[in-house]
Amino acid sequence: MKQGAEFDPATPLTPTGNLRRRQLFSKLAEYGATAAAVIAVGVLAIVTYTVFTRGAAALDLDFLIKGAPDGIGPELVGTAIIVAIATAMAMPVGVLIALYLTEYAGNRAAHLVKLTMDVMNGLPSIIIGLFIFGLMVNHHKQSGFAGSVALAIIMLPLIARGTQEVLQLVPVHQREAADALGVSRWRAVVGVVLPNAIGGIATATVLSVARAAGETAPLIFASSVFDPGSYYMNPFEALPNVSVRIYSLSEEANPEGFTEAWGLSMILISFILFASLGARALLARSKRKMAS
Amino acid sequence: MSSTATPVAVRRHRAARSGAWRRKADRIGDGFLYGICLAAALLGAVTILAIAYQVVHGAAPAFSKFGFGFVLSNDWQPNFGEFGAGPLLFGTLVSSFFALLLGAPLAISIGLYLSLLAPKGVRGIVSPLVEMLAAIPSVILGFWGVLILAPFAHEHIEPFLHDTLGFIPIFGPPETTGSSVFTASLILTIMVIPIIASISRDLFLAVPRDVQDGASALGATRWEVVRGVVLPSTASGIVAASLLGLGRALGEAIAVAQVIGAGSEIQTSLFKTGDTLAARIANQFPGALTELHKASLFYLGAILLVIGIASNLIAHWIGRRFSFDAGGAR
Repeated sequence: MKQGAEFDPATPLTPTGNLRRRQLFSKLAEYGATAAAVIAVGVLAIVTYTVFTRGAAALDLDFLIKGAPDGIGPELVGTAIIVAIATAMAMPVGVLIALYLTEYAGNRAAHLVKLTMDVMNGLPSIIIGLFIFGLMVNHHKQSGFAGSVALAIIMLPLIARGTQEVLQLVPVHQREAADALGVSRWRAVVGVVLPNAIGGIATATVLSVARAAGETAPLIFASSVFDPGSYYMNPFEALPNVSVRIYSLSEEANPEGFTEAWGLSMILISFILFASLGARALLARSKRKMAS
Repeated sequence: MSSTATPVAVRRHRAARSGAWRRKADRIGDGFLYGICLAAALLGAVTILAIAYQVVHGAAPAFSKFGFGFVLSNDWQPNFGEFGAGPLLFGTLVSSFFALLLGAPLAISIGLYLSLLAPKGVRGIVSPLVEMLAAIPSVILGFWGVLILAPFAHEHIEPFLHDTLGFIPIFGPPETTGSSVFTASLILTIMVIPIIASISRDLFLAVPRDVQDGASALGATRWEVVRGVVLPSTASGIVAASLLGLGRALGEAIAVAQVIGAGSEIQTSLFKTGDTLAARIANQFPGALTELHKASLFYLGAILLVIGIASNLIAHWIGRRFSFDAGGAR
């Protein structure tokens, strides 16, 4: 009778003592993890917010098409040329490397090629700048083309890896159907594998372009001595470009230069955010399509 | 109907001929495709060797003058032809170490949040946003660092840390500007977080659900499941991810060059200026006049190359033992 009084089934089940402490700690840990995520997103928001509010102050049509000191036209064109040439070099090679990995390489060779791609991806970009200086600029002169080669080295592992990932998703039954019809390997690759993977290749390329467009360190060696006042189109001369211009403006203590640099940053960051978000959406779509 | 009109023998003959032609074309096509694929794969390896060769070759004059003593020597006086990497190596290690010290716990927490806590809809939004952080070009982050973060750190964070933790010598009195090793570490932290966070998220997502449920069924709280099951089973992967982040922090040149203040001495206080290997190259190469100066900067690059490749290979090795994909980091 007395024991029954101690145990009252109607009392709510609240933890006490040790369990209470453990649950409290767990709750705190959850809040901590959430706070970490909030911090990361917050930093992204602060950086983009600053760039956009300060950049918008500089932005008008003249700013986009005129040369320095009124505008940033030459830099935009120069960066576009450098990145376009880099893409033209990196994309075919990257796709071929991915094809080699999925179509031909044995385990050992595949491992080695992947390792070289990972090492290349991990190389500090300043090292690639030194390489380009030693290879193409020293004893010659700076050129946009040298910058393109440097950016191509940065893009190559990104394109190769992205392409390889989608090539692996090409439906096996389609390959087998081609094999069953006695189609030779290169016809199967050109006719079945690549068309299936084209969306993924495009995504990987766009992502790598987004990465390359903001790359500064190699261009300091390859294409940094330029006149930002007028347009240059010849890739065998030093071309004005966005990233080096931001870098050199940030090193000068000149408020007008800062405004120009914010404007440049805004254009660059909106291109990059737009391209990478778009590419990701595209990738998700093409992966879904291939999986179904 | 011309085909029925053609005699059977002729048709057979034609078919055989076109078949032979086709086989020949296929043989050439197959060989050609294999050839260019192999060539592309080899080109990658050749490029890495060429990079190593150029960097070492460029460093040769400085190496023959200073030898290995360069690595720890403290002199950096371009006007007198004296060069040494000591303070730069120190600055590189210190700034990257603090970036990792701050960034790794934050990034791992983000990974935990994204893999275990966040509702699916939130994860779909926050995940790409965290990865977007890696997409901000370093030059913009550095520019933001100079104009926004450095003054803020100088006016608020540094005095606060000095007042509360000033008894530790690394938190010395703030200097006249915000350009400091501390600011550089903060910028590097921002760069390291998305790399470690996205890899650790993938690691945590791969931890088998039933093992976690088993722990919960035994009465473990959510934190205890993480502490007892999720973290131990992914530990080596987390180490590899942190090493990849470290590799990124060690090699970052531009953003660091913008905020670190290009000091040439080893300082105890984090709030003084310093410099890193990569930042020194970016800062001084365009203005380097003598061959020896350039060669010394190449020498810095060679040191950086060795450290960078080493941290990458170790990460790769750990990652492979753990069978996760180290290269998917960026």
